[in-house]
This record gives sequence, C-alpha cells and structure tokens, in this order.
Amino acid sequence: MGNEKHSAYDYLRHSKKFPSVWCSGCGIGVVMGAIIRAVDSMALDPNDVVVISGIGCTSRMPVYLDFNTMHTTHGRALAFATGLKLARPDLQIIAVMGDGDALAIGGNHFIHAARRNIGITSIVVNNSIYGMTGGQVSPTTPMNMRASTAPYGNIDPPFRIAELSIAAGAAFVARSTVYHSQELEKYVRMGMETPGFSVIEAVSYCHTTFGRLNKLGGAVEMMRQIKDASITKQAADKLSAEERAGRIVRGIFHHDSSRKEYTELYRAIQENAGGAELADGRIQKMEMTF
Amino acid sequence: MTTPKMMQGNEACAAGAIAAGCRFFGGYPITPSTDIAEYMARELPKHGGVFIQMEDEIAGLAAVIGASVGGVKAMTATSGPGFSLMQENIGYAAMAEIPCVIVDVMRLGPSTGRPTSPSQGDVMQARWGTHGDHPIIAVAPSSVDECFGLTVRAFNLSERYRTPVILLIDEVVGHLREKVTLPPPDQIRVLERLRPTEPPEWYKPYGSAPGDVPALAPFGSGYRYHITGLHHDEAGFPTERVDEVRPWTRRVFRKIKGNVQHIVRYEAEGVEGARTIVVAYGAVARSAREAIKIARAKRRKVGLLRLQTLWPFPTRVVSEVCRNAQRVIVPEMNLGQMAIEVERIVGDRIVRRVNRIDGELITPQEILEAMETK
Ligand code: SF4
Repeated sequence: MGNEKHSAYDYLRHSKKFPSVWCSGCGIGVVMGAIIRAVDSMALDPNDVVVISGIGCTSRMPVYLDFNTMHTTHGRALAFATGLKLARPDLQIIAVMGDGDALAIGGNHFIHAARRNIGITSIVVNNSIYGMTGGQVSPTTPMNMRASTAPYGNIDPPFRIAELSIAAGAAFVARSTVYHSQELEKYVRMGMETPGFSVIEAVSYCHTTFGRLNKLGGAVEMMRQIKDASITKQAADKLSAEERAGRIVRGIFHHDSSRKEYTELYRAIQENAGGAELADGRIQKMEMTF
Repeated sequence: MTTPKMMQGNEACAAGAIAAGCRFFGGYPITPSTDIAEYMARELPKHGGVFIQMEDEIAGLAAVIGASVGGVKAMTATSGPGFSLMQENIGYAAMAEIPCVIVDVMRLGPSTGRPTSPSQGDVMQARWGTHGDHPIIAVAPSSVDECFGLTVRAFNLSERYRTPVILLIDEVVGHLREKVTLPPPDQIRVLERLRPTEPPEWYKPYGSAPGDVPALAPFGSGYRYHITGLHHDEAGFPTERVDEVRPWTRRVFRKIKGNVQHIVRYEAEGVEGARTIVVAYGAVARSAREAIKIARAKRRKVGLLRLQTLWPFPTRVVSEVCRNAQRVIVPEMNLGQMAIEVERIVGDRIVRRVNRIDGELITPQEILEAMETK
C-alpha cells in the first residue's frame, strides 16, 4: 500500500486541486487509482496520455490527473476524443464517464465510437444514479429502486453496458468493481493495450444519493454490498438466469484484437490518397517541442 | 489554381479551408451545406488531413474541437437545424478558447423549414445562440470568390484570437456558380496559432498575454494542462472565485472588442454624399449593388455599405457611413435581424427594412422601391 501510494502521487496535481469535489467515501477515487496504476505499469510518458471526460461526478476526475486533460460537455467526451484521436493517433486516450453521461445523453456517441472501433479506452463508472445533480434516475438504475425523479420506484429497465458495447462493436469489454481495485487496474491496462475501442465498466456506488434514497447505508455498507453481490464470470456461467439475477458479474466479456483500429483504417485511406507522409510530418511537428 | 474557373460557393469555401491549412473536418450531412463535406471527404486525405462523418452535428463540432486541441486546424459545416444543435459546443469553444471554424449555409427556417431555399435567418443565432455572454466572430460572403477568401480569413481570425469563427453563407451564395481566379498558394496569407515558448511549468493557457490572447499548446507537446467548460483560472483549473472569473470574462471580451478595427471588413460604394445608404450582406448585397447602379444612373444619391463582418457588429463603420444619410435601407432575407443593430446605431426613424422570409432572394426592384417610396 505504501509503495502504491507513492507512485500514484507523481501522477496527481497534488499541489493544485485537492481536496477533491467528491464526497468522502465515494468509489470514484478507487477508479482513479486503478487508472494511475495501469498507466504507471505501462511506463507511458504522461505527455502522451490524455484523459477526457463529460459532465458529472466521474467527469471531474481529469482535473486531478497530471496528464493532458479535458473536461468537455455533458455526454460528448467520446465525440471530442474521436476528433482528437484522429488528429493525433500518437496519443493514448482514456475517456472517463459516469453512467448517465456515457449512456443517456452520450448514448449515441457511445455506440458510434464502439462501432468505429476507434482506439479510445472508455471507463464507465456505474453508480446507477446521477450523483452530482442529487440522485436522479439514470439509464442503469435497477428496476424498482428509488431516485429523486423516480420517487415511486424506477420502471425503466437498465441498460446492460457490456452487451450493448459488444453489440455496438467494442474490441474489449470488461467489468469489475471498486471493491476489486487490482482487477480493475488489470482491465484498464488490458483495455489500453487493445488497439481498438475498449469499455471497462467500473461498478461503484453513490452512498449520498442512491444509498440514502434506498436506505442502503453509507460508503462502507455499500462497498460491502458490492463485494457480496459480485461474482466472477466463470462462476456466473454455472448459474441459472434466476440465480444470476441481481449479481454483479465480473470479468472479460469480449476481447478481440484482430479487428483493425479506426485511425489505422483512415491512415490506409491517406496512403492511397498520397497524403500519409504529410500526416506523419504534421504529427511529428506537433510532438514535444520544448 | 491561378487560371479562372467555374466554382460553386460551397466548393470555394472548402478549397479556402484547405488553403488556410484546415486538416480536419467533422460533420453531419445537411442540405444545403453537404457539398462542403463531400469536398473535404475527397480532398483532405490527399493533404494528410482527416475527414469524419459523425453521428450528429453535436458530435461533429465536438470532434472538431478535439482535433483543434490536438493542434490541427479544424472545421465543420452545417445548416440551421444542425447549427442549433451545435450551440452548446460553440459555447464550449468560446469558453475554452479553442480555435475552430463553423460554416452555416443558411436555409429557410425555423425547424426543417424549406431546406433548399435561401435565408439569412441565422444572423442572431450566430450571435446569441449559445447561453451566457461571450464574444463571437461571424463573417458573410457575397460571392464565390469571397467564399474562398473569407474562409481563409475565418481560419486566420480563429487562430489569431483563439475563438470559434462562424461563416454565414446564404444558400444563394453557397450554390452559386461563377468564375473565380483563386490566388496562388504563396499569395495567401495564412496565420498559425501562437504556441508557448516558456517551459511547461510556467505555462498559463489562460493567462494574461499581449493582445489578450495567450498561446495554446497542442495536447501531446509536453505541456500538460487542463481544459474545461467551467469557469477557470489562468492555469485552466475550475474556479468559483469572483476575482478569477471576472478577469477571464474581461479578457475574452477585450480580445475581440479591443481588436474590432482589425477584425471588421466591409466595402463601401458611392457612400460619399449619399442621402440614401443601403446596408446589406450576403447574396442580398448583390441585389443591392444592382439597385444602386440603376438608381445612380438616374442621378439618385445612393450608396452601398456591404458588410463582410457581421459580428462583432461594425458599429463604428455603420455610424460613420450613415452619418449624413436621410434614409438607411436594410434589405435582408429575414424579418430584420441585422436591421435591429442598424436601428440601434442610426435610430429607427430613418431605417427602412426590406424583408423576405418566403425563400426568395430580394430583387433589385424591391430595394429600388424602398428608395423611391416616401
Ligand atoms: S454524489 Fe455520489 S457519486 Fe458524486 S461524489 Fe458524492 S458519493 Fe460520489
């Protein structure tokens, strides 16, 4: 633990923006830690790493990280990231989004980024609620649960992020939880190493809204609930659908590195059109100058 | 490229973008702007650039801003409905001070309106479409030649002032074909954005700077910093402190207002001693020029003030040119969006509006009538 803390410290804008905006005990920080450790384990140059987000509690994450960081408009992180990746295929781009950001207002961008299989690692922190605005129902709120805009219980079925991502065309799809921080780190790294579009769902909790509205206790209780509800994919495969209901299934749901990544495909277009060298020259000029 | 050739306004706009160094286009098909996307899809890869058709106009402009943050000059093109969808990200580009060019080939609205009919209905949307107060630059070409030239200029202004720049083309000009002689590449003045020269640890992407425009480091150039749509301090980090919000607001207004004389472009014809001045822009200015030719042949004292820059509004120019006028005619393919500005400056007593919102171009005859009637 001591060592890990030390290596993470180098990646934080510690003198600038702490303490964070997050409620104490929130799970988002665990996801941030996993991202830092994944980047660190890959020995990437922080100058080549971009963290881009939309709007919401999770989307406040980039400001704390000492990379190239961009906090965009609600739902649009992947659309901004798509332009940046195409302009600068040399950069390693991570998009961090909450469930509402990625799947409600940003749902269209999400499926299209997956369809293109563009080289962006997207991390969806799924806490089943809109935290920042005070606990409104989200596209992943389970049925019958309460939210401030579903005071009689939610009747909208939640999106299944993994299945949606696979159907839309993502190359790597995995799920873990904020309790399983090492596993989360491993999946983030695998996502970053996959050439195409990757989705890592990090199941988290929001004790201050969802927990309070549904009488689920505080951060510690909710962390325990996540731990108890979670089950590996291998174990889940042996269960019946009924037995699986309500469980958080962790694991890798899809991993296909054989499909060509989008900016590679576009480079082939530039090559055929005779402009590939110009593109390379432009990128070289853009890289570290100081 | 120096021999005269027939070109369409939209095509000349796209050619101007490439000449200005635009190497990224993100957009979504919409009549009557689609020719620009098609041209860019064909030409950009040849120049080492990138074209992408996004899932909607919101994503189109988002991708453009993303590319610009990567250090690439970028553009999108759309029409009314798509322009409405882009407003939020126009606000983002203004707030984060990211250069980008947005072409709006105006069609009759509101809503789906008449997609193939011209209008100038987006003049006020270009100014006030996004929420909150921010400065903006908008230019409006009247000819195919100017579609090329003003697009180059739009990029230069955008890079120079770190601001979104809007090109308002009406459908008449966008689809007009006429003969143009494009300048050879070495005669086109192309500005590049200022990049920081100080060490990364001193870099302030929103700091005070000469001319109020701080340098912008592309992502991946060794300067790691933060960009946000939240109000931010000089380093780009979110702030709620009044003493940090206020200087930002002041600076971004100053960088445009303080440079109005460098930004504003117009053309005045026969305005000396004229008793009647026609103030026009876009395709309507062509009808106005014709009307003035006819009127002057009849020894009427009429002049034309043709505005190429609509925002920031050329208040000084309008005020000076119209100082001794007894009548100011403002013909527009809307119900008087620019007339409001002109009236504000010269007083509504002497302004005569000529308006059409039926998808037809205003004729020289209609402008002549406004000159003749009491
Ligand atoms: S509101 Fe919820 S999601 Fe947001 S910081 Fe607090 S606990 Fe975390």
